[in-house]
Amino acid sequence: MTDVRTTQAVAFPQNRTCPYHPPQTYQPLRDARPLSRVTLYDGRSVWAVTGHAVARALLADGRLSSDRRTEGFPMPSERIAGVKFDERRVALLGVDDPLHNTQRRMLIPSFSVKRIAALRPRIQETVDRLLDAMEEQGPPAELVESFALPVPSMVICALLGVPYADHEFFEEQSRRLLRGPEAADVEEARDQLDAYFLQLIDEKLKRPGEGLLDDLVAQQLATGAVDRDELVAMATILLIAGHETTANMISLGTFTLLQHPERFAALRADDGLMPAAVEELLRFLSIADGMLRVAKEDIDIAGATIRTGDGVVFSTSLINRDTEVYGAPEQLDWNRGPLHHLAFGFGIHQCLGQNLARAEMEIALRTLFRRLPGLALAVPAEEIPFKPGDTIQGMLELPVTW
Amino acid sequence: MDQRMRVEVDRDRCMGAGMCALTAPGVFTQDDDGLSEVLPGRADAGGDPLVREAVRACPVGAVRVEEVG
Repeated sequence: MTDVRTTQAVAFPQNRTCPYHPPQTYQPLRDARPLSRVTLYDGRSVWAVTGHAVARALLADGRLSSDRRTEGFPMPSERIAGVKFDERRVALLGVDDPLHNTQRRMLIPSFSVKRIAALRPRIQETVDRLLDAMEEQGPPAELVESFALPVPSMVICALLGVPYADHEFFEEQSRRLLRGPEAADVEEARDQLDAYFLQLIDEKLKRPGEGLLDDLVAQQLATGAVDRDELVAMATILLIAGHETTANMISLGTFTLLQHPERFAALRADDGLMPAAVEELLRFLSIADGMLRVAKEDIDIAGATIRTGDGVVFSTSLINRDTEVYGAPEQLDWNRGPLHHLAFGFGIHQCLGQNLARAEMEIALRTLFRRLPGLALAVPAEEIPFKPGDTIQGMLELPVTW
Repeated sequence: MDQRMRVEVDRDRCMGAGMCALTAPGVFTQDDDGLSEVLPGRADAGGDPLVREAVRACPVGAVRVEEVG
């Protein structure tokens, strides 16, 4: 194992140089698997988890907190650290059990494998409609705006009962919430989303509709199981996680396939490979590349002791390329069998919407490639901008032609 | 598989990720609360090798397999 001091100099997170590979400058962290030290933007040294088995153990360990209010919670960037935290509005990924468990249990019926399977025709319809519009307009097109973002955005709106007519507003606020650029942008975006959802909840109290938020208002808010602030926090997370993440997987997944013509051809030749390909893309792209926790107690693991108050970051991209688990992890392989990747996290906070995300990716990618068989980048790959390292990874734009 | 298995889901630990129902749909399902359960009559898993994968896939260690006999 590489000495802990050698990796200390590695800054985390860093921007990717290729949108689908972890930064090359993370090499010392690979060499030091499964656990090493990295330095955050503010000079603070924290633990970096890079090994698959250790990541599984730690993400399932209740001694690590996901609650930003816990002393010592690590901050990935100045922008995020600068945001004045709203103590009232905490939910899901931002809280620990037992509160997390109470909130999560209100939501899981709507995201079960069966319920998501029942949504598939609706997802297909959405995808078809967007591709109709793209074909009608003709090439070239900007795929993020015309397809990758609206697919999950429309689907999550329908699921939650949020009017899609407001999509420009909340997509813009999500963008600012996740990428700023300034802390003030993040705060203002959050305040605007809070105000939006407070008003939407009021409307739903008066005129109930058919979405998950309507159910939560009728069943949980009415009985006092949640208060308005909590419900607003839950709604915000669901809406943002529900469209930004999948949008990134669709755009970055498409880009990655276009850059791997041989793998792409194999996938197109055998439609049945799509579910396995989606899993492999999730592993390979690891778009949530830097999950954050803080230790609430001392934890002995992998020959080290994580002390109470120590920050812990999980580099999903390195964990999902652990050579102990994946042969030739730098390659896309549609035939790996069950992957057990940690792209959706692990432990109690594992992604609530993962089965929705799988269905959306599968239907969106399959239909896109079937309908536009000549799909290609409209500009050289190197010219296409992608997202910085301190947020969910994905393409900022994806100019395509067909 | 020579030995018989007995499969169970700890519903206090389950938090509805659905990984078992996704991985081994012949053995697991989710009820109306979104919690996982073993399909009726499938507690012996019928030798389904995917059950082992489902155990490993569960993010909260709620799926257990016991060897019996």
